[in-house]
Order: sequence, then C-alpha cells, then structure tokens
Amino acid sequence: MRMPDPDSDVLARRNAIVAALRRIVPGEGVIAEEEELRAYECDGLTAYRQLPMIVVLPETVEQISAILKYCHGTGIKIVPRGAGTSLSGGALPLADGITLGLGKFNRILDIDYGNRCVTVQPGVTNLAVTVAVEGDGYYYAPDPSSQIACSIGGNVAENSGGVHCLKYGLTTNNLLGIEMALMTGEVVRLGGKHLDSGGYDLMGVVTGSEGLLGVITEVTVRILPKPPTARALLIGFPSSERAGDCVASIIGAGIIPGGMEMMDRPAIHAAEAFVQAGYPLDVEALLIVELDGPEVEVDELIVRVEAIARENGAETIRISNSEAERNAFWAGRKAAFPAVGRISPDYYCMDGTIPRHRLAEVLARMGELSDQYGLKVANVFHAGDGNLHPLILYDANASGELARAEEFGADILRLCVEVGGVLTGEHGVGVEKRDLMGEMFDEIDLAHQQRVKCAFDPTQQLNPGKVFPTLHRCAELGRVHIHSGQTRFPDIPRF
Amino acid sequence: MSERLEPDSAEELRAIVADALASKTALEILGGGSMRGIGRPVDAGWTLSTVRLSGVSLYEPEELVLRAGPGTPMEQLRLQLEQHGQMLAFEPPDYGALLGGDSGAGTIGGIVASNLAGPRRIKAGAARDHFLGIEAVSGRGEAFKSGGRVVKNVTGYDMCKLMCGAWGTLCVMTEVTLKVLPAPEKTRTVLVVCDTSADAVSAMTAALSSPQDISGAAWLPREIAALSGVSYVASAAGGVAALRLEGIGASVDARCAALRDLLAGYGAVEELHTDNSLALWRELRDVRPFAAESGAEHRAVWKISVPPTAAPAVVDALRALPDTRLFLDWGGGLIWAETDEGLSGGGAADAGAAAIRAAIAPAGGHATLIRGSETLRRAIPVFQPEAPGVAALSRNIKTAFDPENILNPGRMYAPRTAEA
Repeated sequence: MRMPDPDSDVLARRNAIVAALRRIVPGEGVIAEEEELRAYECDGLTAYRQLPMIVVLPETVEQISAILKYCHGTGIKIVPRGAGTSLSGGALPLADGITLGLGKFNRILDIDYGNRCVTVQPGVTNLAVTVAVEGDGYYYAPDPSSQIACSIGGNVAENSGGVHCLKYGLTTNNLLGIEMALMTGEVVRLGGKHLDSGGYDLMGVVTGSEGLLGVITEVTVRILPKPPTARALLIGFPSSERAGDCVASIIGAGIIPGGMEMMDRPAIHAAEAFVQAGYPLDVEALLIVELDGPEVEVDELIVRVEAIARENGAETIRISNSEAERNAFWAGRKAAFPAVGRISPDYYCMDGTIPRHRLAEVLARMGELSDQYGLKVANVFHAGDGNLHPLILYDANASGELARAEEFGADILRLCVEVGGVLTGEHGVGVEKRDLMGEMFDEIDLAHQQRVKCAFDPTQQLNPGKVFPTLHRCAELGRVHIHSGQTRFPDIPRF
Repeated sequence: MSERLEPDSAEELRAIVADALASKTALEILGGGSMRGIGRPVDAGWTLSTVRLSGVSLYEPEELVLRAGPGTPMEQLRLQLEQHGQMLAFEPPDYGALLGGDSGAGTIGGIVASNLAGPRRIKAGAARDHFLGIEAVSGRGEAFKSGGRVVKNVTGYDMCKLMCGAWGTLCVMTEVTLKVLPAPEKTRTVLVVCDTSADAVSAMTAALSSPQDISGAAWLPREIAALSGVSYVASAAGGVAALRLEGIGASVDARCAALRDLLAGYGAVEELHTDNSLALWRELRDVRPFAAESGAEHRAVWKISVPPTAAPAVVDALRALPDTRLFLDWGGGLIWAETDEGLSGGGAADAGAAAIRAAIAPAGGHATLIRGSETLRRAIPVFQPEAPGVAALSRNIKTAFDPENILNPGRMYAPRTAEA
C-alpha cells in the first residue's frame, strides 16, 4: 500500500514542530520518543504499520483548535485517532504527520432524559454511553463488536454499525449533533438536540468520512428506552441456501428482528471449540434470531419465526427461555473472531455487504476462491442487513501468505460488488480498500466525493492517503469543464 | 414562463444540464411541482422536470429495497408497497392541500430532495435515514452515483445524506434507491386531554421514555383539535395529546393498556382504533389543520424543529404573536405554526420570522417557512440562517457541485450581495 511521499521539509523541522506543540499542549501530551510512538504505529489493521512523526494528546478543544491552526499554517498533515480500533487502517500514521489522539476526551458531558439524548466527548467509549444510562432504563443502540474499546468519535468517523443495525440503524441514524474542528482550527457545530438539518445535511456527510473532513470534538447521540424483553432462537440448517431462504421468509413475513446473525460450518466449529456454547456441529449454517420488545410481542414472534424456520428446513431449533440461555446463544457468535484466532496463527477480517439473496452463490464462489488461494475461510454474517465478514485464515510467518490473503480478500470484495453489494459495510475504506474504490466508482463519482473533501479541507492535510486511490489537487477538481459544441437536445418534449 | 423540459432518460437530462452550464442558463428543478412554493422563488431560464423519469425499476420486498425514477408518483409507490404489506417508514407527507394545490401530486424525487418525514420521524427517521443510493447529474453537467442498494454501506462519503434535503440545489436526481419496511399490522392511538403545551410535552415525554415503542406523539390545542375529522378528537374536552402505537395485534393491545395506565395521571384518557387512528395521523402528517382555503393567502406556515423540552417556551413566544395558531408533533420536537404574513418585529413584514428564530435560539433548532407568498419568500430567509462557519461550508459544497449556480439558484439561500 503506497502512502503519500513524506515531505522532507517537514521532517527536517521535526524538533521545531515538537517545541511548538509543547507550547500548545504542556506536560506529557506531546510524544516524540520512538519507544512511546511505537504504541501508535498501527490501529486494528495490524498488517500495516508506520511510526508517526509525532503524537499529540490534547485535553481541550482550544488545544485541538490551536494544533490544527498551527499545522494548517505550516503545512503539516494530521491523522485523527480515537481508540485505534479501526479495522481498515483509518488511523494508520503518516511518517511526516502528527497523530492527533482524542483519548483524553473521555467525559460524559450531559445526560438529558427529557430530550432522550447524551452529549459526550469523542474519546468516550461506545459501551460507556449505555453504561451511563442503563440504570435508568435506556441504552445507545449501535453496538459494534469493539464497543468495549472503540470511541464515539471514531464511531462517527466510521459510521459504525453492529448487530442491531437492521432494526435500529447505524451511527448516522442515531446521531443528533456534533462539534468539530476544521483543519483551519475553526470550530463548528452541526445539529444539536433537535431533529434534521435546517440546511444541507453536513453532519450526514461528515458521518463516515473517516477523519478526512474534520476532527470530532463533541457528540450528541439519541438514547432509547431499553426493550423489556429479548429472546433468541438458535436454528441449524443443512445448507446456507436454506438459512438464507429462512432469513428472506422472516423479513417477507413482516418481522424485523433486533438481531439476525449467521455462521457457516468453519465458524460454528471454531466458536464451539472455544466457548462450548452448545452449538450443533452437524449443520452447515447456524442462524441466531433475536426478537426484542414487549413480552407479549416477543413471545408471539418467537412462535412465528419458529414456524418459518421449520418451513425452511431447519434441522435444529432452540429457543432461549432465560437471559442465561440467550447469552449462551450469543457467546459463540461474539467469540467468533478470537475463536478463529485460536485455530489459525492469523486471520484477515473482511467486510463486504451483499444483497441477501445472493448469499449462497457468494459463499459457493468464496469456496472456489479458497481452494484457488489455498487458504481457509470462515464466515460470520449479519444476515439481516447482508453484511458479510469472511475471516481468511493465514500464517504471517509463512512466506507470501499475507500477500495471498490480501489478494483473496480483494477478490471477495470484488465479488460483493459484482453481485450488487459494496466494498465495506461498517469497517470503512481506510487504506485497506482504498485501491479497490475503482471497483465501485468511476472517476467522475470519485471526483464528486473528493470535492466534498475540498469543501471542508481544501489543503488536504487531514488524513491524506486514506479512502481515495488518487489524490487530486482541489484547484484542479474545482475547475469547470464546459464541453462546447454539444448538440442541444432537439427531441425532448417542451411545454 | 420559462421553457419547460421533460427528458425521458438520464442521458438526456445530463445533456440538458451540460447545455445549461455552457450557456449559463439557470434551471428550476421540479418533480411534479407540488412543492414549488417552498423556498425562495427561483429565477430560471428553463424549467427541468423529472416527471418522465418515472417508474419502479427494482422492488424486492424480501430485501426491503426499492429503486425508482425520481418522477415516480408517491401514490403509485404507496399502492405498490401496500400490495406487499410494506411502506416507506418515514411516512412521507403530502403538502398539496397545505400549499393550496392538489393532493396526490408528489413524486419520490421531491420527497427525497426535501428530506420530509411525517409523525413517525421520532421512531423511524426521515427520508435521509432510508435513502440508500442515488444516481444524479451535478451542476457540472456530469452524471455521478453514490451509495448502493444495501442498508449497511460505508464505502466512500455518504453523498445521499448531502443530496437529501438539498432541494435540488446540488444535483438533479435520475434514480433513487430506498429502504422499505413492513407496514404495521395494527394501529391504535391513546388520547390524553391536555390543555397546555407544558402538560402535553410532559405526558408525551413520559410516553416516549417508556418502553411502549411510541410511533407518533402530537399535541393539538383545543382550537386545532376542533378542526379534526375524527369526532373523538374534535369533541374532546380540551386540547389533545395523541400517542400512536403500531405493531402486531397482541403487542399493540398490551402496550395500549400499559400506556393508558401510565398517562392516567395527566388527564382524561381515550383511545382511537384503526380507522380513526389512520385518519388522525394522516391529518397531522399532511398538516391539514393549516390547509390553504380561501383567505389563507395571508397566512404563513412555519415548520420549527427544536429539542422537545424547549417546545413550551417556544410555544409561549409564538402565542405572544397576534393571531397565531400552532400544534406540536414529534413529542414536542416539531412545532407547526401558522402566522399572519403581515406580522413584523418593528421592521418590514416578516410573518414573525425574527421573533420565531429568536425564540428557538437558546435551545437550538431551525425554523423553515413552508408556506408564504412570493413576496414574503423573497423578503426573508425561508431556511434557517446558518452560523458563519457552517454557512461557509454550505457555500463551499454548493460551489463544489454547482460552480456556475445553475441548479435552483437562490432557492435555499439568497445570492450573496457584493458586500456580504
């Protein structure tokens, strides 16, 4: 993965830059020693590593603003970083860049039950929001699997999802307001505690922009009353086709489960070996369907889903009758990644989304690719929303396996796009899928996206080298091309 | 009257925009034209309508996805979804009667371009939350796409959000893909008599804070309730707070009982069954209490979005304006207000704009003029004025997509004067 060439002028000024940053953030907040920088050399995509030039850990919005203003004036690049859990390299440092860590912004600022929202600093973890309000019967719906560690600021930057997306939406659907600092140091507020934007939905486009448009400094999210009951079914199928049909039938019957997760045979076996969740080992696909809401509703929907599962050829059906049992059903799914980590020295987690009805075909072709590359793959699948997480098993110490795993992964993502899906459902483009963007978008599409970047960060100093395969200068993108000599549409009806 | 163009292919539409760009001709962008009266009047050389880009090209009920041309009539979509027991969950409104035109004239492109939503906004989100994919032509005369047909997608910037609610000022859509959802099997409404907005917001907040999964929360002061076609509402002993419950039968019954218990302390409680419920929420969705009738031409209508608990204070400020009518939706988060166009805060007539925007300033929010005469819409900002930093970003976005300002110029914000 090629990153922008480091600017030797900036590198030569490193000592002066450290001194300038220490004037803005006194004490321990500026990290310049190599052994300390090492902790920031990668995020959750550990295959890519780069030592940052400097790490700075500000404690106030004023400091963030001053750092950005200084860097803007002196041409220094910035990589924003939350908890560093990105799986796509969104927080991968730059050799000539400053990694701006938001870890010290860990305070919950306001819990407003009347307006059903919570305002937090960006470094607060996803789970901490729910923990802060669950005693009063509320929760924050998006629940990425890294929720114990990932930060809300990072959730906004990546538009994080989780297992409850189909019913409760992604981060973007649960966000009310943000405060952000632009590259110039200017601080703006978008949204608030009210609904919708009075003008362009700038918050909507900032959400999921992967740290390329601004640095999130405050976040207001919507909280929901916790559903009184949740129960789950654990359903085994003789084939992934039947499991896929069952998912379609459930949704076709007008039922939107709180969660609907599928695992294939390798994932089932890895999970069962790891946590002994009681999963059936003689099935090809396992479906967990969770229904939440009032007790009477959940009880009735459990019956309906059970009937649908039988019609679709389920071989085993278990229904949770206690919280302990429901948690046991989930234990294997939630442990799927580490479980796969136990059976393979390394694994590479992919994140495509496909139209659900193409699942069986995609799994079959993935099997063929697996044979072709000589690498095993285990699949976990957010079946409700079509988000597929193939885990490619490899050994980084075996010569050439990482490169082969990456090529295999790229082929899987191309396959997702080919069947009408997308490159990434929730992990982001980052550096990982940057060079695959051309599979989904043509030059004109990408130029329109990059102009959004230019509207927020015309000097392109925020997180360069991520998301876009080719960096165009904003002046070039801004030029208007008039194609003269075009024929005037003679045949169009006029009135 | 400007020349009106109705291309029947995306490529034809692109050629028109490219031609307009080359000749620097401003375009007024329309679907069915039913919301033409919203926004600052557009001074255009040509009118470009998407009505002929009509029809559903993909609808897979089990995948919860629908793709259509922007000119597809909402009525056609509704019927097609109904056949499969599905709906657009954000409850797209029909402002035909409100704006003095025909009902049923709206298109899906218009709904998406305006990011409208009905009472279910509080539970299901607005058009933006259901908008999965777009194909469009920008003011650069170039066709581009973004998003896709799946709900979980973070590939590149979420341009759908930007185009939704941009009122045709950034691009002309040629195809839209939306998420659809199952329609509820049953609907009921619990009514609580509440005479003040403060009491009503308290009752609605209690309901929305409960796990009863409320899908609509509105308050009608007595004089507005009296206009309802639903007799229980029209004949209520005072103002009426209405809480909607939707879902499968057994669930709705159980939640209805629980909600009646919860709200008994707030006022006399009544219950509407399916037909009356549907009728009431359709009235509120379409803002029927302020429907334009003869004599309404001097009555401005405002859509005001605020944090729900701020609503009573804003209502007090609105009540201080002479001859103002109002009601609440979204648990208090949405205030619909009808004011006299001649109102002024000491300066020129502004239909109360200055007073309304001052009232919402402390808690934040926005006020949009949804109905007003052409004179009024030229005189005052129809959309909420933005803070300088945000306004600069909005201008940059506009320039990025429409550098020559040919798409609905001025509709959202007046052209900047030289000294501005």
